[in-house]
Amino acid sequence: MSEQGAVRTGRYFMQGNEACAEGALAAGCRFFAGYPITPATEIAEHMAGRLPGVGGVFIQMEDEISSMASVIGASWTGVLSMTATSGPGISLMQENLGYAVATETPCVIVDVQRGGPSTGIPAVPFQGDMVQVRRGSHGEYEAVAFAPASAQEMFDLTILAFNTAERLRTPVFLLADAAVGHMREIVEIPAADSIERLRRTLPDAEADPYAIKGFLDPDVAPMPVFGRGHKAHVTGSCHDAYGMRNVVDAQALDTFVRVLAAKIRRRTRELAVIETGNTADAQVILVGYGLVGRAAQAISLQARAAGLPVGWIRPVTVWPFPDQELREHCAAARNVVIMENNLGQMAPYFQALLKDQLVWSLPPQILGTLHHPDYIMSHIEEMLK
Amino acid sequence: MNQIHHPMARYLRPGKEVTTSCPGCGEGIIAHSVLRAIDALGMDIDGFTFVCGIGCAGWIPSPYFAADTLHTTHGRPVAFATGVKLAMPDRQVMVISGDGDLTAIGGNHLIHAARRNLDITVLCVNNRIYGMTGGQVAPTTPASIRTTTTPSGNEEPAFDLCRLVEGAGATFVARWTTAHPRQLTRAISQALQHRGFAFLEVMSQCPVHYGKLSREGRATDSLDFFRNQAVRRNQAARMQPGELAERFVVGTLVGEEDIA
Repeated sequence: MSEQGAVRTGRYFMQGNEACAEGALAAGCRFFAGYPITPATEIAEHMAGRLPGVGGVFIQMEDEISSMASVIGASWTGVLSMTATSGPGISLMQENLGYAVATETPCVIVDVQRGGPSTGIPAVPFQGDMVQVRRGSHGEYEAVAFAPASAQEMFDLTILAFNTAERLRTPVFLLADAAVGHMREIVEIPAADSIERLRRTLPDAEADPYAIKGFLDPDVAPMPVFGRGHKAHVTGSCHDAYGMRNVVDAQALDTFVRVLAAKIRRRTRELAVIETGNTADAQVILVGYGLVGRAAQAISLQARAAGLPVGWIRPVTVWPFPDQELREHCAAARNVVIMENNLGQMAPYFQALLKDQLVWSLPPQILGTLHHPDYIMSHIEEMLK
Repeated sequence: MNQIHHPMARYLRPGKEVTTSCPGCGEGIIAHSVLRAIDALGMDIDGFTFVCGIGCAGWIPSPYFAADTLHTTHGRPVAFATGVKLAMPDRQVMVISGDGDLTAIGGNHLIHAARRNLDITVLCVNNRIYGMTGGQVAPTTPASIRTTTTPSGNEEPAFDLCRLVEGAGATFVARWTTAHPRQLTRAISQALQHRGFAFLEVMSQCPVHYGKLSREGRATDSLDFFRNQAVRRNQAARMQPGELAERFVVGTLVGEEDIA
């Protein structure tokens, strides 16, 4: 498929959702299936306009269940594929997300989060799906998710999401929110040849189809994509390294679950992307991901200017939970404040990790808005008394 | 001693020649018809992607057919097939799945693929019941039939699947039964050559669940029922609606004139 025109190198004033779509195109995405939903619709609209011009395929499906299904079907033809949605759509996608994990299908799912539960409030930013993308499908598995905080990161992290999906043969989430998706900021799109584009490994074209171990390798098996004579057998049922179903043997289930999990768990450290400031001597550390991370940073710098020993951490990788990096950066602080635009979805993971520190879960005063600096400052002053 | 090979064995995965179907199941007849149609057309089975869902019929291609096979989640094979076909338009994409999978949980995907006239073939094995889970009522179970979840008899009418997909826009629609394997094979050949959405409904016996619960009887009794109740399209056109009750029309219902 055509690479010409896929990378719009330049400097733009661009919406976050559009930047996400451009990042996908730059990464090599050539298949998008989706269903309209606020606040993610602009990604589909942008892909609908752009994909045909670069030899790709766009389809608006009948729902989010089928969107996820056709994204997986397309990925098995060897094409980089994605969808974009928000909370209600993420709920419907959970079924086939589990299938993508089980069949080791690379794909990217963008969740531009909005207020929930249920229909909630479509255009208000929220971080309500943080744990759902980790645990929302049934069974036992690991997830990979990145949380962008800017329009530029909507571009950059979409590319990282595709590269990670291709490298590890697994679905990867971009956990944005209505604010990051709809904000307009400067976005720099680099030259095409400076963009790293990773691709899944494939079996030898001449390989004996019945000898291909195309599944369940902790070091990531080559993907026996369709149309190359591999006679691939792809199933969401428990299967062996050859893809052959085994639904009677607990030992087969044990291997199936453990190897899929190990593939991600072993790479927790290399997947960890984390931004920090002033943590070394901080007595209080403000932690926030996504747009809230920018608030954490700004308030931390404001506190420093006032002479207070405050640092900040913004985990860009949310899943797998970057526990070692977080523990290291929090080592000096007595107080760790988990700022989230929800009632504390990630806080329990921090509390389990940082047993010797005081870990505070701090939602904004009004859910769906950013934490007010004065509100956080009053807490910081209280902690430092 | 010379070994005797089944003529279609070359299309099966080595070591996967033993079926898991119950005794008397119609799926062997259908699998045979699909492979005979591919063989007769001289098509390369490596040019196919078979897509199937959850339920007994999903196990026709998976793992037996020696081709790329995507065994999907329950109800979703047509949606998965949409992605495969759009990303790889030169390949034959054939969905083989059951009535519960395609028309209950997956009904929405079926009608939208028909509406799009997506160039795939969907073969629906209609055994009129949920077999794999042990005999529950399906949208295709005739009224008054007793199942494990309709112990007093089914109070709902059944779908006419062919009229459903015709109404949604399918451009090739045929119905046959496991009592008509030659006609079925020819209809599959037609469907595979059709450009656009092709739908095949195959009435199939399930003696272990449907036959027992409905008191239709053994596999041969169901085959007799199919043979006796089937009405050709041109015959049906001359019959009164009352005469067609409890009977079903077979043949090519939408598309080129029936060749059988």
